[in-house]
Amino acid sequence: MIKVTQLTKRYARTTAVDQISFEVAKGQIVGFLGPNGAGKTTTMRMLTCFLPPTSGTATVAGFDVLEQPLEVKRRIGYLPETPPIYPEMSTSEYLQFVGKLKGLSGADLAKRVDYACARCAVADVKSKLLGKLSKGYRQRVGLAQAIIHNPDVLILDEPTAGLDPKQINETRDLIKDLAGEHTIILSTHILPEVEQTCEQVVIINKGKLVATDSVRNLQARARGAESVLVEVAGRTGSFEPSMVMQKLERVAGVSRVLCKQQVDTRAVFEVESSKGSFVRGDVARAIVESGWDLNELRPAAMSLEEVFLQLTGTEAVSQPETPVEVQA
Amino acid sequence: MRNVWIICQKELRSYFVSPVAYILLIMFGLIFGYFFWNALGAFVFESIQSQMSGRSFPMNLNEWIIRPLLSNLTVVNLFFIPLITMRLFAEEKRTGTIELLATSPVRDIEIILGKWLAAVLLYACLLLFTAVNFAFLFKYGNPDWKPLLVGYLGVFLLAGALLAIGTFISSLTKNQIIAGAVTFGVCLLLYVFGWVSGYETAAWARVLSYLSVATHIESFEKGVLDSKDAIFYVTVIFLGLFFTARSMESLRWRS
Repeated sequence: MIKVTQLTKRYARTTAVDQISFEVAKGQIVGFLGPNGAGKTTTMRMLTCFLPPTSGTATVAGFDVLEQPLEVKRRIGYLPETPPIYPEMSTSEYLQFVGKLKGLSGADLAKRVDYACARCAVADVKSKLLGKLSKGYRQRVGLAQAIIHNPDVLILDEPTAGLDPKQINETRDLIKDLAGEHTIILSTHILPEVEQTCEQVVIINKGKLVATDSVRNLQARARGAESVLVEVAGRTGSFEPSMVMQKLERVAGVSRVLCKQQVDTRAVFEVESSKGSFVRGDVARAIVESGWDLNELRPAAMSLEEVFLQLTGTEAVSQPETPVEVQA
Repeated sequence: MRNVWIICQKELRSYFVSPVAYILLIMFGLIFGYFFWNALGAFVFESIQSQMSGRSFPMNLNEWIIRPLLSNLTVVNLFFIPLITMRLFAEEKRTGTIELLATSPVRDIEIILGKWLAAVLLYACLLLFTAVNFAFLFKYGNPDWKPLLVGYLGVFLLAGALLAIGTFISSLTKNQIIAGAVTFGVCLLLYVFGWVSGYETAAWARVLSYLSVATHIESFEKGVLDSKDAIFYVTVIFLGLFFTARSMESLRWRS
């Protein structure tokens, strides 16, 4: 549905987006992830024909953003970072205006306005002035505006920014709900959002593509081996973490043991095993057989946040220019 | 064309939903009403004088009232046109709604034409207000309506040209005050350029004088429809809108 090839945007002194390439299949929901100033908005603006790329191409539904901008715009619904609303208009007037602008008219227009209102839960503020609406409502009106002409592609720039937790959840649910009918690209710097809503993630940092993959693969990739967190408590007064470590290291398949924290006679260890070996049972047995208590044993799943920091942060600097290869 | 009208309607709405249009109408009506009352007073005074002196002094409503008033109207334009155009693009750029327009399946030129047309229509409403005053002349006197119509056409064309310039200037900035102030400055300069012709006949002075928007209104005020002058205003309108289109394009490349 969307194909981006070597897309670059240069300003006088800076390069905002540097040779980004990725593809989005029809019906997918893709998270566009990166720290502030990474070039997310610039990329989205190029996809929506608001900014022309310096070099490279982008096509939406087969239409080039430079060659056939009107065709692209017809197929795109766009919600910029701040909802583009006119405070002096009421919700329904605004949606009618946008609908007309997108080429709807007559009964079709009225139907779509009603549909978008219902879908985005703004029907109860239809006759209210947009300037008087709360941030959450404005955001939803912005979403309603984006879906009014039933576009193939929805491009949402930080759709949950500035909302309260309840509204964030509602907006996320709404986006997930819309995913069936539209191909969605949403940008965010909030990681759990991507984990919760997106199937596919594109990570960019300082204008460069860092990774593009499915959320699950990315989490798995970041940690080659499995690791578990083990909380051990001593039964008697004398408890030596180093003894536990020695014991655990002797378990077959364990490659590394770290003592994460120690409080009195309790300690938490991170046990890493080499790829493929399943050591949890052996670890548990080893601890119990040695006369310690096993308080907790859980897999240390890496959150996307850690993956993200690893990819965009200091560790990415030590191994630069090596984007994780794409796996479809 | 449909898109032009959609944009135009939206602009007119925002003029008339906010107090902007009404305040402009009221102020314009008051100022012009005062001018009219003054011109009428002077006319009555002069005609009484000429009667008392015994000389029958041919006095003509077109000559004594309509012409000076139309001339005043062009000066009042200078103050009102920046107020009409300053928000056109500057506001959309500040609030970010320009992104909605620019990412909708609408051509830039349709956006620009729609906005300019809305400004012209609002100005037409102001002119309609002044027509109320002239209606009294027709009720109690018998001025010639043809020169008045030609004069109105001239004022309207002049306003259209200045509105196009204002539209262009508004597209250059996010700040309405800057847009308004610069538009006022440019309009005033274009208005007084003609002054040099009073003492200087060199080529540059003639060019400057030709560029003045005031030079070209004179024929209209006299009731003469001169195609040269009409073409001048139409050219300025065209250039103003053309530069606005270029400015919108550069917004995309720069921003």
